[in-house]
Amino acid sequence: MLHDAAIMAGKDLRLEWRSRVTTNQVAPFALLVLVLFAFALDPDRGILTRATSGLFWVAVLFSGLLALQRTFSVEAADGNRDGLRLSGLDPAGIFLGKAGAVALELLALEVVLGIGVVVMYGTTLRGWLLLVVTCLVATTGVAAAGSLYGVLAAGLRVRETLLPLLLLPILAPVLLGATRSFEAALAGNPSDGWPWVELLVAFAAIYVAFGVFAFGSLLEET
Amino acid sequence: MHPEHTGSRTTRVLGALTLAGFAAVLLLALVVSPPDQVQGDAARLIYVHVPVAIVMNLAFAVTAAGSVMWLWKKSRWWDTAAAAAAEVGVVFTGLTLLTGMIWGRPTWGVYWTWDARLTSSLLLFLMYVGYLVVRRLPADMEVRNRRAAFVALLAFIDVPIVYFSVEWWRSLHQTATLSLNTTISGTMLFTLCVSIVVFITCFLWLLVHRFRVAWLEDEAELSGLAAAIDERRAEAYA
Repeated sequence: MLHDAAIMAGKDLRLEWRSRVTTNQVAPFALLVLVLFAFALDPDRGILTRATSGLFWVAVLFSGLLALQRTFSVEAADGNRDGLRLSGLDPAGIFLGKAGAVALELLALEVVLGIGVVVMYGTTLRGWLLLVVTCLVATTGVAAAGSLYGVLAAGLRVRETLLPLLLLPILAPVLLGATRSFEAALAGNPSDGWPWVELLVAFAAIYVAFGVFAFGSLLEET
Repeated sequence: MHPEHTGSRTTRVLGALTLAGFAAVLLLALVVSPPDQVQGDAARLIYVHVPVAIVMNLAFAVTAAGSVMWLWKKSRWWDTAAAAAAEVGVVFTGLTLLTGMIWGRPTWGVYWTWDARLTSSLLLFLMYVGYLVVRRLPADMEVRNRRAAFVALLAFIDVPIVYFSVEWWRSLHQTATLSLNTTISGTMLFTLCVSIVVFITCFLWLLVHRFRVAWLEDEAELSGLAAAIDERRAEAYA
């Protein structure tokens, strides 16, 4: 299963590396979202600095949607889905591979966004351990839940509009948990943040487990 | 099998009971029960709000159970039950939010507050709107049913996490959460109980009708296909 996951993730990441869609389109989009927040809010009165955690994670979710759309639209074209099913790879492995590749892309985006908020919002990053752990766990949850809905919506004509509608309400606890945890870290009292990390761990564990069991069945349809 | 309508003796009795029940609830809630000491007449909304919220939970429990059963037994009956309950559930979630807001305005001074229950009900509403959208996507019945079952389950397992996270979020930020006064007088409690029973009969009545409509829709689709095939065959032999 893990071997299959590595093959799948390797394939997806290679694809992203060669097509440069994540680096040339999704990452600039994420930065653009940060700029839009600055336009929408008052950049001078420290609102941006105070709201950094929330804005950061909203930007991650929006760009995550793009990354997810992409990783599954790649599979929807040219009967690739049948190819995947015939490849003999373990469906659980395919799920872990896809989710893993998305998670790695998102982590890279988070680094870019992190630099973005430091430079543009004047935020001082503190509580590094909590920040990094939150990113890892929250991203795992987003990628796992996102991959489940991604494959569900992949073959549909309405996937661009359907995926956000289905996925974003589900991800509400992740946004909430990751934002509070970041706030705690940035405010210099990481001990307030760790309970939220536990919530994020629970979320990620539930959706990873669900995906490992159910992905095969989801892959079958259409 | 071409019924003219979805009524039957059972549903007519259920419908009549519901109507009579609503008349009784109106009388009890607006005339018999006293106004609340603190909230005055606004508190009467509790006789609608609480039953509606209970029905909402019941409906989504039926949807979740129906989805699990469909995945297990693959029987159309369970899928139709899940679909019918989800639709009724979304309507009642909407009503829960609406009555809550109408009550919130005179009591809290605002229509909306980021209270844990309000927020999680709103998210629930949005999740099941998504479920209904997925059900309406054109697809083979089997594919549609499987998709819908998974969406319902994915949403259902999220509900406790959402509720827990929102509760936690609010309790961290405000010291006292807004809550109803827990003492409730005899008449008021009686009215509330009657209202809950009546709303549950109303739910069952709606559920049975919606189930039958959904069943007939699927039936029409299935027999429509068979009829089309027969027609083509007849053409070929002619």
